[in-house]
Amino acid sequence: MKFVDEFRRSELAQGLIRSIQQHSTKRARLMEFCGGHTVAIMKHGIRQLLPATIEMLSGPGCPVCVTDNADIDKAIALARIPGVILPTFGDMIRVPGSRSSLQEVKADGTDVRIVYSTLDALQIARENPSKSVIFLGIGFETTAPTVAASVLQAEQEGMRNYYVISLHKLCPPVIKALLDSGEVKVSGLICPGHVSAIVGSKSWEFIARDYGIPCVVSGFEPLDILQCVYMLVLQIEQAESKVEIAYRRGVGPEGNQRALELMYRVFEPCSARWRGMGLVPDSGLRLSKAYQCFDAELAFEFDPGPAFEPKGCICGEVLRAVKTPRDCKLFGTVCTPASPVGPCMVSSEGSCAAYYIYGAAGE
Amino acid sequence: MSDKIILAHGSGGKLARELIEKTFLQALSNPLLAKLDDSAVFDFEGRLAFTTDSYVVNPIFFPGGDIGRLAVCGTVNDLAMVGAVPLYLSLASIIEEGLLQEDLARIVGSVQMAAREAGVQIVTGDTKVVNRGSADKLFINTAGVGLVPEGVDISGSNARPGDKVILSGAIGDHGIAVLSQREGLSFSTRLKSDCAPLNRLVAEMIKVSPRIHSMRDPTRGGLATTLNELAAQSKVSIRIEEERIPVREEVRGACEMLGLDPLYIANEGKLVALVAPEDAEAILKKMRRNTYGREAAIIGEVQADHPGRVVMKTQLGASRIVDMLVGDPLPRIC
Repeated sequence: MKFVDEFRRSELAQGLIRSIQQHSTKRARLMEFCGGHTVAIMKHGIRQLLPATIEMLSGPGCPVCVTDNADIDKAIALARIPGVILPTFGDMIRVPGSRSSLQEVKADGTDVRIVYSTLDALQIARENPSKSVIFLGIGFETTAPTVAASVLQAEQEGMRNYYVISLHKLCPPVIKALLDSGEVKVSGLICPGHVSAIVGSKSWEFIARDYGIPCVVSGFEPLDILQCVYMLVLQIEQAESKVEIAYRRGVGPEGNQRALELMYRVFEPCSARWRGMGLVPDSGLRLSKAYQCFDAELAFEFDPGPAFEPKGCICGEVLRAVKTPRDCKLFGTVCTPASPVGPCMVSSEGSCAAYYIYGAAGE
Repeated sequence: MSDKIILAHGSGGKLARELIEKTFLQALSNPLLAKLDDSAVFDFEGRLAFTTDSYVVNPIFFPGGDIGRLAVCGTVNDLAMVGAVPLYLSLASIIEEGLLQEDLARIVGSVQMAAREAGVQIVTGDTKVVNRGSADKLFINTAGVGLVPEGVDISGSNARPGDKVILSGAIGDHGIAVLSQREGLSFSTRLKSDCAPLNRLVAEMIKVSPRIHSMRDPTRGGLATTLNELAAQSKVSIRIEEERIPVREEVRGACEMLGLDPLYIANEGKLVALVAPEDAEAILKKMRRNTYGREAAIIGEVQADHPGRVVMKTQLGASRIVDMLVGDPLPRIC
């Protein structure tokens, strides 16, 4: 497999770091929206290599983290209905809801399964015609099209035991909400790589235009991120704001039209509740009218009970980039990856987990 | 005769006897086992090392090995990691009804081949058959005993500041090879599990220098977890350099694709040794002459400050903490 080593070459990285140091004079607060970027930045120790003028903020781009407790409770309640099999992606099963997690109810005998693709969920439905298979759909624009494809496939096969809980979320609306809140000042945005591969870099143009914030789409290797930071620094120094791509091998301006077409055939935008941010208009996806028969929330009766947040957990503020994981009293003491209190410590893309696991030596 | 294992094969009756004789005894034959007494009886003199491990790998066949080879190598390696010369192993199989006889025979064949390679004998065993769903095809437990040579004192708590950290080869091969075959995640790779008995490599290392302080095979939890265990047990810190850690391109590529970190991926034929600095080069040279140590490298050293901490200098020149693995590594969502 190629495309890894080439993007980790130390001498090229040193060159980029020097260029960043030479050009950066203004104070800059750069936010990486995506949890994958947070992990890469921490894992390679990129923060330590940047000049003091640059401050890095971690944004809300972790699909597991932003899932509201009420939604996790809902998934758990649906999973517990007799005769239900609930497949989902791995990280999701560890996240604590108000009272328990999918992992815990699985240990009690509830049929929760980890799958790597929606096609596996369909296969489970084919193999278990007498059971109801409810796929817990979570993720951004990157995963929603694959869930849409599974719904279309189920329709084509005439499957009557396949359902979806759609907790999918859309990135551009939440970035807008974050900027509109005025809570956090951002001078440059590291735009998500995989999401941009689907929605296209043009989806960020409103940020550059309406908010005057430079935007650069980045890949996930150290050289991608350094290149992106360098491009942002240049824009900031020249007081420009435009959308650029530092990840051309994966992202174009238009995105993946076929994936978007699938996604919007099966789903339609709706308001969605984000952990820490509340209800954000048009930031979620629900099954569109023609596909409502696949909507688990409409097909089953269930009672998730009242939702509440864990005491002392500041995941919401961390997701809004108002606070950092180290500002949390629970961080590293009560809350660790082994016994997480909030979702940001659970997910492999969560800020708290990234700070904890890849913490810089000496900090 | 059925081509599948059925419950009656574990009943203790005629079918059970047949299974043991045809499948196990024939392949594994040695005088101690052939006696079929309730216990194997043998003479022993010296310091004894004794270990046990259970193997539940899914799938049971994977590129570069199978559960049989794994069950021998794993236990042999646990003995080797304290410097012991492995001698005798037990082999207990818990079989899910419906397993193909042919598959079982193939696995027992692998057991025998691995045992021969390691120079150990399977001297006692047990076979149980359980209902479908009560086990996943085949579980194996092996226990082993070995003799610790005089003057050898290898323990996770013996590392000292100044020791060099030697890794015997590229990490992550086993974990990624197994993952590539797992239901729902099959991706094509030429990668093979590194599953191998390391006792002969260890014997050669000890010959060069008995001053090997700590040794461990980074199996589940990977290199990161093993180094953390050693740092905690010896109350020292360990500093490693990312650039020096051998990782195959296929492993790195698969890890990036799945959002995994090679430092946390399982190995079944690698070891980490913490050795006195003055002996490090000589041990390394010897290791590189062995098939299972050809890619051995010094990847870091032991220090006195911050006991229990493992720190890595990244390829970019930054340094970060390397923590233990928590839970199974799960592929990322987006």
